[in-house]
Amino acid sequence: MESTFSTTQTPIGQRLRRLLSKVPVILIVLLVVLILIALVAPTFYRPVALLNFLKRAAPIIVVAIGQMYVMLSGEFDLSVGSLITVCAAVAANVINNNPDNLALAFVWVFGIAIVVGLINGLIVTRLNVPSFVTTLGMLLVLQGAISIYTRGAPQGGITDNFRVFGRGNIEGTEIPYAFVIMLLVIAIGVYLMHFTTFGRRVYAVGGNPVAARLSGVNVGRIKTTAFVLSAVLAAVGAVLIAGFSGVSSLSVGQGYEFQSISAIVLGGVALGGGRGNIAGAVMGALTLQAMFSLLNFLGFPLPIRLSVQGLIIIGAVAIAARRGRT
Amino acid sequence: MLPQPETLTAQQTPILEMRGITKHFPGVIALQDVSFDCVPGEVHALVGENGAGKSTLMKILSGAYRPDAGELVVRQRPVVFDHPQAAQQHGISIIYQEFNLLPYRSVAHNIFLGREPMRGQMVDERRMVQDTAALLEELSVKINPTALVSNLRVAQQQEVEIAKALSLNADILIMDEPTAALSLHEVDSLLELVLRLKRRGVTIVYISHRLDEIFRIADRVTVLKDGRVVTTAPIAEVTRDDLVHLMVGREFDTYFPPRARPEDIKGPILELRGVSSGSSLKNVSLTLRRGEIVGLAGLEGSGRTFLARVLFGVERLDSGTILLDGQPVRFRNPQQAIAAGVGFISDDRKAEGLVLPLSVRWNMALPSLNRRQKMGYIQRSAERSMVQMLSESLDLRAAGADQEVQYLSGGNQQKVVLAKWLATQACLLIFDEPTRGIDVGAKAGIHQLMRRLASQGVGILMISSELPEVLGMSDRILVMRQGSVVAEFPGETATEDMIMKAATGLTTNGANGAEGAEV
Amino acid sequence: MSAIAQTQRRAGAFLNVLQTNPTLGVYAVLVIMLVACALFVPGFASSDNLINILQRSVALSLVSFGQTFAVVGGSLDLSVGNAISAMAVMTSLVMAGRVEMMIPTVILVIAVGMFIGLLNGLIVTRLRVNPFIATLGMSLFIQGVLFSGFDNFAGSVPREFEFLGYSTVGPIPVGVIFMLLVALGAYFLLRHTRFGYHLYGTGGSAEVARLSGVRTGRVLIIAHVLTGLGAALTAIFIASRLRAGAPWVGQGFELESISAVVVGGAPLSGGRGGIWGTLAGVLILSILSNIFNILNVGAFAQDVLRGAILIAVVAFYTARIRR
Repeated sequence: MESTFSTTQTPIGQRLRRLLSKVPVILIVLLVVLILIALVAPTFYRPVALLNFLKRAAPIIVVAIGQMYVMLSGEFDLSVGSLITVCAAVAANVINNNPDNLALAFVWVFGIAIVVGLINGLIVTRLNVPSFVTTLGMLLVLQGAISIYTRGAPQGGITDNFRVFGRGNIEGTEIPYAFVIMLLVIAIGVYLMHFTTFGRRVYAVGGNPVAARLSGVNVGRIKTTAFVLSAVLAAVGAVLIAGFSGVSSLSVGQGYEFQSISAIVLGGVALGGGRGNIAGAVMGALTLQAMFSLLNFLGFPLPIRLSVQGLIIIGAVAIAARRGRT
Repeated sequence: MLPQPETLTAQQTPILEMRGITKHFPGVIALQDVSFDCVPGEVHALVGENGAGKSTLMKILSGAYRPDAGELVVRQRPVVFDHPQAAQQHGISIIYQEFNLLPYRSVAHNIFLGREPMRGQMVDERRMVQDTAALLEELSVKINPTALVSNLRVAQQQEVEIAKALSLNADILIMDEPTAALSLHEVDSLLELVLRLKRRGVTIVYISHRLDEIFRIADRVTVLKDGRVVTTAPIAEVTRDDLVHLMVGREFDTYFPPRARPEDIKGPILELRGVSSGSSLKNVSLTLRRGEIVGLAGLEGSGRTFLARVLFGVERLDSGTILLDGQPVRFRNPQQAIAAGVGFISDDRKAEGLVLPLSVRWNMALPSLNRRQKMGYIQRSAERSMVQMLSESLDLRAAGADQEVQYLSGGNQQKVVLAKWLATQACLLIFDEPTRGIDVGAKAGIHQLMRRLASQGVGILMISSELPEVLGMSDRILVMRQGSVVAEFPGETATEDMIMKAATGLTTNGANGAEGAEV
Repeated sequence: MSAIAQTQRRAGAFLNVLQTNPTLGVYAVLVIMLVACALFVPGFASSDNLINILQRSVALSLVSFGQTFAVVGGSLDLSVGNAISAMAVMTSLVMAGRVEMMIPTVILVIAVGMFIGLLNGLIVTRLRVNPFIATLGMSLFIQGVLFSGFDNFAGSVPREFEFLGYSTVGPIPVGVIFMLLVALGAYFLLRHTRFGYHLYGTGGSAEVARLSGVRTGRVLIIAHVLTGLGAALTAIFIASRLRAGAPWVGQGFELESISAVVVGGAPLSGGRGGIWGTLAGVLILSILSNIFNILNVGAFAQDVLRGAILIAVVAFYTARIRR
C-alpha cells in the first residue's frame, strides 16, 4: 500500500497457499463438525432446528465474548460460572413468581455483576494478585455466598416474562429472542473491540502492559473495564440460561468458566493476551456447541461432552503452537 | 583451570576458523562466503551495521543455526554444531546481550547450572560454593557465591556470566555487545577484565557498536557488511573513520548535524526548581528551552533515567516545582504527561517502547489515540494517513503498516517508537539512550531527526551514556551524579574528560571517586 | 548513625532475608496463627485437636507436594482433582474388598497416576500446549469418562487397607507419618538432586536452563510425573479413609493444592518455592478450616472465607515483593 513499503509479487500458487495458511483452524474444525452433523442428523439443517441450535449456543457465545476481553488483556476470569449461578438464583429470589418484579430483578442481576467485575478488576490491578488466584477466590466466595443466601437450593421462581428472553421467540416469528440478543452482543463486542480506542488499548495492555502504560494507557482501568464487561455479559448469559432451562439447582452456571475459555482458545486467542478477535471467539463457541450437539445425535452420555471438550482444547492449542501462532 | 598465557604472533595457527560460511534464509542471503579466524589469545573485534550478519554468525557459532555451506574449524578440526552444547564442548562460550542468569538462584547455582558437582546422588553444594569462590577470586571479582543474582548489579551479573563461561573451561569467548547496559566506569572495569583474560590466553571475539572500546582492546578487527566480510585488519592499521566508512560504505564528513544557532533558541519550555524524589533525586534545578537539545550525562544510577520518569509521571515527585511552558505541573501518570505534551522515548524498546505482537500502525497510533477519536470511535482514515506520512518521513522499512513490529530490525523498531511520539506532537521530548543498539547508518538518521525537531521548537532532553553522542548532539550538557546536577557545560567546548570528571566526582572531591558514585 | 537509620537498615536486612528465604515468612505466619488460635479459640490447643488437624492435612499435603513440582517448574496441574477421583474409584473397584489385591492395586494406581502426569508433561513440552489448557483439558477428559461410567461409590477396600487412614503409632496417625516421609523424599528430590536444581532452573527461565545444558523438556515431564504420583498417593489415602472411591471425592483438590502451594510462598510464575513452604501452606489452610469448624462456621461460609483468604494472602506476598 505505502510507497515506502516494499511490495513483492508472488506467483498465484504461493499466494493461495499463504491465503490458506491464514484460514483460521477453527473455521476448518467448525466446518468438519457441521458436515459430520449433516451426515448423522440431516434434520439439523431445517431452519427451525438451526435457530434452536443458535438459541442453545447463545449463552456460551455471550459469556465467551465477555471472557474474550479479559483474556485479550492478559488475564483470566474463572468466576463467570459461579456468577451465572448467583445471577440466576438472585433473579429467582427477587422475582419470586411475581411478574411485576421483573425490572427489579434486572437491577439486582446487573448490579451484582458490575460489583463483582469491579472487585475482580480492582484486586487484580490494585493489589497485583494474579487473575487466576483472584477469580478463583471470587469463585469460592460467590459459591459460598449464594449457598448461604439460598440455604442450599434456589428459592422463589422466575416468571414467563423473564424466561422469554432465554426460550421465547419474537411474537409472530420463529426467531428466538436469545438469537437477537446474541447478535446484539456480537455487534457491540465487535464494535468495542475493533473500532474503538478501548479495544485498541485492550490489545496493547495484553501485548505489553509496560509499553502500554508508558504510551498513556491506563492499564488498571482497561483491565478493570474488561472484568466488568465479562461479568455483565455473564449476567446476560445467566438471563438466557435461566430462561432456557430454569433455575432448579445451584449448578446452573457450572462449567461456563471453562467452556468460555475453551471457546476462546479454540478461536485462537493467544493465552497471555494481545492476540485474537471476536470472530474467532464466536466460531469457537459455535464449534463447542455444535460438538455437543453432534455427541447428542450420536447418543453418547452427557458427561462425554467434557472429555471431548478436553481433547479439542488441547488439540486446538497444540495445532496453533505448531503453526507458531501461540 | 585457565589456559596458560601465550604470546601472540601473527603466524600462529588459528584456534577458531570459519571457512566460506554461507547461510540463506527465504529470500535473503544472511551470510555469503564468510571467512574469519582467531589466533589464541587474540581479541578479535567484529563490527558491522545491524543486519550485516553478525547475529547470524553468532547463531552459527552457538549451534542455533547450521550453515548452508562452508565449515567451522576449531583447533584444526572441522566441527559441526548441531545443538546448544556443541559449542561449549569445544571450549566456546557465548556471552549474550540479554543476561542468561536465573534471578532467584545463587551465583554458585547459576555458574554450575547443568553440571552440578555430585557426591553420590546428591548435589555437592559445599564444593559448588568453594569452586565458585575460587573462580571469582581468580578473576579478581568480589561477589559472594551464595548471593542471589537478583540482588547483584548489572555489571556484577555480567561478571558472573563471564565466570560461568570460564568455568566451562572455555578458552574462546564470544561477547555480544557486552557493554550495552553498563555505565561508564563499569565499562572500564569490564574492558580491563577482557584484557586480563586475554593475557591468560583466552581468545575473545568481541562484538560491539562502540568503536572506542574496540580500539582500546582489540588486536584485529573484521568488518561485516551485507553478509560479507569487507576487511580483516590489525587494529593498528585502521582508523575510526576507516571502520565507519567500511561499515556503512559512505563518508561521514560530520557525524552529527550542526548545533542550534543562538537565535534559534527561544523561551524556556521546561523548568525544574529544587526537584527531589526519595534518595534518587536531590534538589535538581534545570532549564530547557525551545529549540535546544540538552544532553544529560552521568553514570548509570546517577538519577538521569529516574529524572526522566519523574518528568513523565511514572515516578513520584516529593518536592520542588516543575514548570512546563511556564505552567506548574505535577503528573501522576503518563496519561497526564502525554496530554500536556511530553513524550518519553525509553531506552528499552522491546520492554517499554513497543507492543511487539501488534502492528506498526497500532503501535504508532497508541499514545495519540485520543487525537483521532469521537466518543471512543477511532477515525481510521486519519490514522492511516498519519501512519503513512510518518513512515515516509522517517523512511521506515517494513512490509506494510500492518506488519507486526516484532519482525522489524532494531533500527526500524526505534523509528516506530519515534513515530509514536511525533504523532503526539509533543512540545518536550525526553530521549533515553536514543541510539542504543542501533547501527551507524540509522543512528545518523535519528540524530538528524532530533535536530530537525529541535529546530521546529521542540525542547529535547537527551540522556546518553555515549560521550561522542552527548558531545556531538548537545547544545548544552548537564552532568548528574548521585541524584544531583553537578555540572553544566556548553556543547561546543565540552570534552569527554570534563564530563567524565564531573560524572565521577573527581573535580569536586578526589576521594569520592568512581566507586562512591555508584549507589 | 541515627537510630532510625539503623532500624531501617535492620528492617531492610529482615526483608532481604525474607526475599532470599520466603519460607521463613510463611512459617512466621503459621506460628503467629498457632499462637493466636491457642489463645483465642477454645479447645484448639488440645492434643486431640492438633492431631486431628494433621490427620486432615494428609490428603491435601500429598497432592500439594506433587503440585509443588509442577509449580516450581513454571507449570501447574489442574487435572489432579479429577485424577484423584478416578484413581480413588479405581482403588476400591480393583481391590473389591480382597486383601491379596492390595499391593497390586496400589502399584497399578501409582502407575496410572504417573502415566497421567506423563501425558500432561508430554502435552505441555512436546505439543507446546500452555499448561493451564493442557491440564484443564486432561481434567475435563478424565471427568467425562469417569462420570459416564460412575455416579456413586463403587467397590470397596478390605479392612486391612484402612490401616493407612485410621491406624496410629502411639498418638501419631500412620497417615501423618506417611505424609512426612513423602515430604522428606520430595524435599530431597527438590533440594539435593540434580533434577531439583534443574527444575528450579527450568522454572526460573527455561531459556537460560536450556543454554546451560539442562534438558528442560525432560525435567518438566518428570515434574509432571511426580505431580501425578502425588495425586495417586492422595487417591490411595482417600480410598483408605472413605473405604471406597466415588467420582467426586477428588473434586476441588486441584484448586486447593494450588492454593496451598501459593500460600506456601511459590509464585505461579515458577522457579521459586519448596516443600516446607507448601507444607506450611497446607497447615495454614487446615488450621483455618479447623477453627471454622470449632467456631461452627457453616460449610458455605467456609467457602467464602477460603476464597477471601486466598486472595488476601497472595495480595500480601505481592505487596512484600514489590517493596
